[in-house]
Amino acid sequence: MPETTAATTADGAESTAPAKRSLGTGPGRLLVALYGVFTVAAASRSLYQLLAQFDRAPLAYSLSALSAVVYGFILFSLVRGGEGARRAALACCALELLGVLGIGTWTLLDPSAFPDATVWSDYGMGYLFIPVILPVTGLLWLRRARTEQPAAGVQD
Amino acid sequence: MIDALTIAVALAALALASWCGFAAFRDQPTKDWHFIGMALVSLLGIVQLVIAVVQLAGGHSPDKGTALFVAYLLGAAACVPATGFMSLSERTRWGSATAAAGAVVLAVLEVRLFDIWGGGSA
Repeated sequence: MPETTAATTADGAESTAPAKRSLGTGPGRLLVALYGVFTVAAASRSLYQLLAQFDRAPLAYSLSALSAVVYGFILFSLVRGGEGARRAALACCALELLGVLGIGTWTLLDPSAFPDATVWSDYGMGYLFIPVILPVTGLLWLRRARTEQPAAGVQD
Repeated sequence: MIDALTIAVALAALALASWCGFAAFRDQPTKDWHFIGMALVSLLGIVQLVIAVVQLAGGHSPDKGTALFVAYLLGAAACVPATGFMSLSERTRWGSATAAAGAVVLAVLEVRLFDIWGGGSA
C-alpha cells in the first residue's frame, strides 16, 4: 500500500516537470567525458598554436580556437542540465556537425588554405574520426533526453 | 624518456580499457577491482610524469618541443583518475564505458608522447 502511494506521488511530481533535467548522467556521462577530453585537447592545442606560431597558419589556428569554444560550451551545458541548456547544447552540436563537415570538405578541396591541420581537418581523421561521431551521438542523446520528458514539458 | 615505460603504460591502459569495456558490455558498473586497476594505471602515469620531468631537468629536450610534451604528459597523468571519479558517481554500465574511454585516451596519448619525445632514438 505505501508503495503505491509513493508511486503516485512520484508520478505527480514528474508531471509538474522537474526543475532541472540531468543531461550528464547515464549515457550522457560518457559524452561529458569525451567532450571534456576534446575541450582540453582543442583548447590547449589552439592556445599553444595561437601564441607560438600564429603566422604559420592563421586560418587553421583560428578555426581550432573556435572548435575549442564550441566544445567547451557543449560540455558546460551538459554538466549544467535543464531544458535551456539542452536546447543550447542541441544548437551547438548542430553547429559542431556543420563545422566538421564543412571544414572537412574545405580541407579536402583546398589543402593550400591549411598549411597546418585543425581538429576538424579531413573530418577529424587525426582524432580517429571522433570529431564527426561525437556531434551525431550528442544530437541523438539530446533528442532522447527530450522525449523522455513528461508531456507537459514538450508543449512550450 | 624510457621507451619501455611508455609502451608499458600504453599496454596497461589498453588492458584497463578492455576490462572496463567488458563490464560495460555486460551491463555492469565499475567495481572495486576496476578501481584498483585504475589506481595502478594512474600510478604508472605519475611515475612516468616524474621520470619525464627528471629527464627534462637533466637537459634532454623532446624532438617536437618541450611545451607540447609537458602538455601531453599532464593530460596523460590526469585522464584515468578524472574518468575514474566520473564513473564513481555513475553506477551504471555508462560509468564503466566512461572509464574505458579514459583508458583509450591514455593509450592514444602515450603514442603521441612517444612521437613527440622522438621515440626509438632516445
